[in-house]
Amino acid sequence: MSRSVDNLWLHRFACLTALATLALIGLGGLVTSQGVGMSVPDWPTTYGYNMFLFPISQWVGGIFYEHTHRLVASGVGLLTTILALWLFGTKSRPLLRWGGVAFLLLGVVAGIWLPGDKHHTGATLVLVGAISLRASFFWPNCAPASQRLRWLGVLAFIAVALQGVLGGLRVVLFKDQIGIVHAALAQICLVILCALALFTSQWWRNLPDKFSPIIDRKGLRSLLLIGTLLIFAQLVLGATMRHQHAGLAIPDFPLAYHKLWPPMDAASVTAYNQNRMEVEAANPITAFQIGLQMVHRIMAVLILCAVTFCARTTRRQLGARHPLSRLSLAWLVLIMAQVVLGAFTIWSNKAADVATTHVVVGALSLVTGVILTITSFRVLMPVRSASLAATPSATSGLETRKPAASSAE
Amino acid sequence: MKTYSRLLIIPALVAGLHVASAADITGTVTLNGTPPPEKVNDLIKNDPICGKLHSEPVKTQFYVVGSKGELRDVIITLKGVSGGSTGESAPPVVLDQKGCEYVPQILAIQTNQKLVVKNSDPVLHNVHTTPTVAGNKEQNKAQMQGGPDVSFSFPNPEKALRFKCDVHQWMFAWVTVIDSPYFAVTDKAGNFKIANVPPGKYTIEATHRKAGTVSKEIEVKADNATTDFTLEAPKPQ
Repeated sequence: MSRSVDNLWLHRFACLTALATLALIGLGGLVTSQGVGMSVPDWPTTYGYNMFLFPISQWVGGIFYEHTHRLVASGVGLLTTILALWLFGTKSRPLLRWGGVAFLLLGVVAGIWLPGDKHHTGATLVLVGAISLRASFFWPNCAPASQRLRWLGVLAFIAVALQGVLGGLRVVLFKDQIGIVHAALAQICLVILCALALFTSQWWRNLPDKFSPIIDRKGLRSLLLIGTLLIFAQLVLGATMRHQHAGLAIPDFPLAYHKLWPPMDAASVTAYNQNRMEVEAANPITAFQIGLQMVHRIMAVLILCAVTFCARTTRRQLGARHPLSRLSLAWLVLIMAQVVLGAFTIWSNKAADVATTHVVVGALSLVTGVILTITSFRVLMPVRSASLAATPSATSGLETRKPAASSAE
Repeated sequence: MKTYSRLLIIPALVAGLHVASAADITGTVTLNGTPPPEKVNDLIKNDPICGKLHSEPVKTQFYVVGSKGELRDVIITLKGVSGGSTGESAPPVVLDQKGCEYVPQILAIQTNQKLVVKNSDPVLHNVHTTPTVAGNKEQNKAQMQGGPDVSFSFPNPEKALRFKCDVHQWMFAWVTVIDSPYFAVTDKAGNFKIANVPPGKYTIEATHRKAGTVSKEIEVKADNATTDFTLEAPKPQ
């Protein structure tokens, strides 16, 4: 019985789940960019049909995007469930078995009690139960992963399940605020799944052997953490802008209504709205939305500066060949691409493909920041801890700065 | 009992005289200046079903202006008029979905008046109302092709309550809900007529979704009254 975390296939599966989640975020971005989030008025059904049985002939207009988003979300939910169960290894078998039996019974009861047009609900439950029961007999017989990883798997499952429910509630409760939380939680789900992919990788396990601990004299760990948190805040700001459903609050860039700071008084906002000739059913813009976009722009400049500083500090402290230096350079490239995409989002009058790419690169920037921060906490030792451990025997393993030589892989 | 019946007849007669002495307000709304150019709707052209329903390019209809500046789709309302909404007993107003567009795109109804939404298209739509006034409920109803009409009504007055279809994101209509039967919407000649207005002094208001609002005072006597409005096109930015 091998340990679950040593399993290359587990790592690959975690990567697949993270990639599927990134694709799902892209699809969600496309749904919002197209303004079609409410094109399917019901949930969890689709126009009264079982979601999985909705006829393809009816996937017209915005329904195509929204319904595809729901189906892919179901797939990500399934992948995350399997990943979480896999981390529990052989311990999952009883859960699968008894869970399967419970679903089977529930399906039978639903089939009996629910009216005729709802029989598909019972049939779906029976199917899920049967698959779960069958899977319990050939589920990987590997040892469970560490407790921390198992809990991270459970957290991923809860986050993804909650995410699904939030998506449904946004539709049936008509709340844009839920849409904003839904968008923010999507990023958190991706971060958790990417962390799982990282922790199950051989690279992560071998990291302490490859790189001796380095004293973090320049506060790099905190810098990376701040940069990452700024990006997350920026993504939440972006989600808030997108879920106003008002199109572009400021139609020009780099200026704003031909000025460095646009007038936001009532008369000016009325004049902006009078001149807008929006083809889509966009809400009129408000002063709040103009202010929000200005904050988004300022944040973008702040993040660009912060990430540039992080990349420079990482390179200086760890040397050009250290993986953290390389990754921080990639981070900077992503942020620069993101700034260009932001500008193109405005210049293209928020074209759906450009705006969606902006969302996906934003998610990638966050994940890169998180991986950098997590890794830095593993390979860098804070000055205080280093000084506490500064005994002759302890310091022998610490290095204050090891540029190129220390990063030999 | 007889005395009681006679007492009831008196207010009815007064009300009858009141209506009998009512007058119409008519007028024309024009737009001064050149409005921003309308945009061609490429979304509808590129849609595999809706695109086939139009032989000509479809444009937005924000400023529908005649050769002499006559402005369509202006809502004319009276402030300070007695007599509230007769909404529940008023005949239903129809909003059609035709060629993957709402027809008309601007309309006005009374509070609690029934608004019937039809689907004349060979494709399904969802009818999504997005009110901003408390008490008017947000709704999102599916309407299949060839499906039955769906009905809406709103208890509270609201300016420009948006109806939209999220399946076809370019489809929208703006419905103004008024707590009175005294209002009108200008036709393509910019003309309006508010019928049977009781005599009195009122503020009459003309509101266009893009060109804004102008108002003036008006006194209605036994004879019909006439008043015209001029709205300004926005200055280009």
